[in-house]
Amino acid sequence: MADVVQLLVAGLATGAIYALVAIGFTLLWQTSQTINFAQGEFVMLPAFFVLIGMSHFGLSFWPSVALAAVVSVVVLGLLFKRLMVDPVIRHGVLPLVIATIGLAIFFKEVVREFYGADAQPFPPVVAAGDMTVLGIAFAVQSLVVLAISIVAVVALQLFLNGTRTGRCMQASAQNPTVARLLGIPVERMILYTFLINAALVTLASILITPIYLAKFTNGEWLGLYAFIAAIVGGFNQVRGAIVGGLLLGVIDNFAAAYLSSQYRMAIPLLILIVVILFRPQGLLGRIEERTV
Amino acid sequence: MGRLRFGLALSALMLLLGHASAEDVKLAYVGEISGSIAVSGGNFRDGIILAVEEINAAGGILKQKIALSQLDTQTNPGVARAQMQKAIDGDPYVVLGPIFSGNVKATMPLLQQAEIPHLIGGEAAELTNLGDRYLFRTSFGQQIGMPKISNYIRDELKAKTIALIWVNNDFGKGGRDNLIKQLAARNIKLVADVSTESGQVDFAADVVKLKAANADAVFVYSNEEECARIMREARKQGLKGPFVGDTTLLSQKTIELAGDAANGVRGHVGLTADAPIPAVAEFSTKFQKRFNYKPDHNGIKGYTAVYAIRYVTEKRLGKFDRKAFAQAMHGLTISPKDEPAILMETTWDDVGEIDRISFLAEVVNGQQKIIQVLPKLGK
Amino acid sequence: MRGGRRRLVGIVLALAAAFLLAAPFAFRPYGIFILTMWAVMTIAAIGLNLTLGYAGQVSLAQAAFVGIGAYITACLTTRGWPFWSTYLLGGAACFAIGWLLGHPALRVQHHYLAFVTLAFNTLVYLMFRNEEWLTGGIYGISNVPRPHLAGWSLNGPREFYYFCLAHLALVALAAWWLIRSPWGRAFVALRENPLRALSLGVDTRRYTLMAFALGAGLGGISGVLYAPLVQFVDPTPFALGLSLNLLLMVVVGGSGYFFGPFLGAMVAVLLPEWLRFTEGFYLMGYALLVMVLMVSCPTGLIGLADRLTRRTSRSAADVSVARPGAAVQGEGAR
Repeated sequence: MADVVQLLVAGLATGAIYALVAIGFTLLWQTSQTINFAQGEFVMLPAFFVLIGMSHFGLSFWPSVALAAVVSVVVLGLLFKRLMVDPVIRHGVLPLVIATIGLAIFFKEVVREFYGADAQPFPPVVAAGDMTVLGIAFAVQSLVVLAISIVAVVALQLFLNGTRTGRCMQASAQNPTVARLLGIPVERMILYTFLINAALVTLASILITPIYLAKFTNGEWLGLYAFIAAIVGGFNQVRGAIVGGLLLGVIDNFAAAYLSSQYRMAIPLLILIVVILFRPQGLLGRIEERTV
Repeated sequence: MGRLRFGLALSALMLLLGHASAEDVKLAYVGEISGSIAVSGGNFRDGIILAVEEINAAGGILKQKIALSQLDTQTNPGVARAQMQKAIDGDPYVVLGPIFSGNVKATMPLLQQAEIPHLIGGEAAELTNLGDRYLFRTSFGQQIGMPKISNYIRDELKAKTIALIWVNNDFGKGGRDNLIKQLAARNIKLVADVSTESGQVDFAADVVKLKAANADAVFVYSNEEECARIMREARKQGLKGPFVGDTTLLSQKTIELAGDAANGVRGHVGLTADAPIPAVAEFSTKFQKRFNYKPDHNGIKGYTAVYAIRYVTEKRLGKFDRKAFAQAMHGLTISPKDEPAILMETTWDDVGEIDRISFLAEVVNGQQKIIQVLPKLGK
Repeated sequence: MRGGRRRLVGIVLALAAAFLLAAPFAFRPYGIFILTMWAVMTIAAIGLNLTLGYAGQVSLAQAAFVGIGAYITACLTTRGWPFWSTYLLGGAACFAIGWLLGHPALRVQHHYLAFVTLAFNTLVYLMFRNEEWLTGGIYGISNVPRPHLAGWSLNGPREFYYFCLAHLALVALAAWWLIRSPWGRAFVALRENPLRALSLGVDTRRYTLMAFALGAGLGGISGVLYAPLVQFVDPTPFALGLSLNLLLMVVVGGSGYFFGPFLGAMVAVLLPEWLRFTEGFYLMGYALLVMVLMVSCPTGLIGLADRLTRRTSRSAADVSVARPGAAVQGEGAR
């Protein structure tokens, strides 16, 4: 019984990270038809910004985080959109996919070559330790990750639904033409989604790197799981990304514990295939109409 | 950490070093500089570079400077074969690397055909059984290390059952297969056989499986980062030890990443930068000064390999002759008396397998402590 | 094609052919090996171009088919089977599996299809790695022999290069014939507007499955040649990375253009090699160039050449040099 609860909590914590990364991914898709194959590397990078801030500029942890957040939002949000997405997206999704594949390789190689190939320890947001509740040990870090992720998601939902800007962003995603007619600055709304994505991946990075350790290959599987979470949850709904992420984290953990370990990766993939074939809009998504 | 600057300086240096003149002796390193085992390949390369720089500063081999070319296999056999072909086209004296056993196997036929001696970093057991007269190891094959640790499990730990967690790549699988054989021969049962992915970060489910197995001891065989993550997760979930491993579980990197979770683990260590040998400690300091990070055992492999080449060529041959080099290596013993930079006495047998002393160690208070020195198999 | 452009294309092709035929005499074994790898990868890229560029079906599974072809060849030739048998088996098996893989394409499209094929690729990779009894698992299969052609050994780098080049020529001719045939037009109709095509009586179901099957079959042929080229087959090259690489080849070369795969494979195989003089930076440089290429000419290299050489207004539907209408273009996209 203790094991089941521990697996559940661990799964939820990992799933929360998938959710954060998947939300950004979904937002980008909804508003600008961008499929960002470098999303995993986007999560890998801010941790290194923090480490550079601490080792090269001699800052302590929190100022480093602030600096890294600013740099990430500028580079992964603004510059990414202006320099890569805008020129390419006009010609369709595939060229942008290729460009982001190139970007992923580029980030990986830059980190490997200039920072180092081996894993680096990363200071945790909350000191690592265990908490025993009802005889079951939980890592405080996992609970903190879960808590902060929930807060971030709730904040995002409030922003999207409660504020005028948020509703404008949703309108731009649903129907850009009509949104423009109504006077919504669609371009700026799209820019905001990129900035939000950059902020979300930075948050995810700070939360998981203490557990994962900073390494240039961190992005590889994380990106893939985030895509799966986004699709399983529903590619056109932010709530879907959350559900998809949590579900994926939990199922992955239980499958690994009770089923074959050599085929551990196969379970999420099979779920992906089944969901796409039989319910492509995902668990929570709306069916996308096709124009003739 | 200055790595940014070092990266640029190093690359500039490499461009210079790659610039060979007719009077130079060419060595080629074909290894995994990028890709999934970039850490190992990078360490091996840097050990080589350190040795090459030292030797060149002392005049080179037989008065010829070493020109080192580096080729990246990207941990991909197709690429490895191409790069090895390129290296061979450059007519090297001796080739160093690769480490990834798939790359070794893909490139062996080329080197055999060209009759070029190669000092590999790979530890997979089968590599010395393939009849390659030009292949030499730079560290134990897994079939040497596993019997030693199995003896320890049987005699000191007196464990009857083992729960094994291993990484599913050529390194982990080879170790697992060898270990299972050795344990079976000693009547020790394997009650859990948990495979994990290279680069895996979340081990909660795997530790749950290990707990359920309730074994007398837990054997952890994975790369340094994953060992660290496994140990942290194990401590968190209260998995009871004792924990044993081979080299990677007890390396300094693992200890650094695992923190307190690493205390108490024991294991066999073939080659370690923390060996209680002054020469090794000196090497470690030099390496760290040059490259700004601590070497792992792959660094030692690369370093000693180049010095072995110098020793054989200068002291045994007196000339550059590839075939004679290979012949001289079979059955050769180099001791630190003859060549201090060999760090530990090393013997190669007639299939290219290496024999050295090794160690049983335990991690105490964040440091690797040697509890026993295991003699060479030969003498 | 207009006369001037035709002449230009003809000259370029003639020069390229001359280069390819003469190259082995100027290059060392390493250069010949790389060229052979280019030829083998181009075959797989041509397959993907059929599936993706012409028929508009996004497939990220091509690496799995290259792997299946390679493993079939490796398993059989190391057991003494003759090469031509593995050739047929590898191609046929991939064709059949590709046909099956096409069925999801009947239900979903575009990015959904991409993820299904991506999942398929990873599953196949896992099977390659875990099923040791069949594939040798992580240890791989060594010493894959090179074939004989009527008693004449193809062991040497030059001989094997011409062997692969001949295959490439045959595949290219077959693809050319296919694209100019009604099938080719059906593929393009499928890509541009499947519902309208269906309403016009095109059997979209058959052509979708055929697009996958043919692309997969060519992937298999590529694998059949890959195995004796590298002479060592293990799971690592056939993971998702190669599928993405092949996708890159098709898009960078020019998706839906006949010569796109040739150029794209050149970029993906040869460019990293040329950049190796930069030592640790070569992959970075390669990635940077790919990004710059995509930003500056998203229709690919051939698309760029196409634009540069078109002086007058476009002639009506020129099928043999089909324009890659943006494969996914939502309503109201900018």
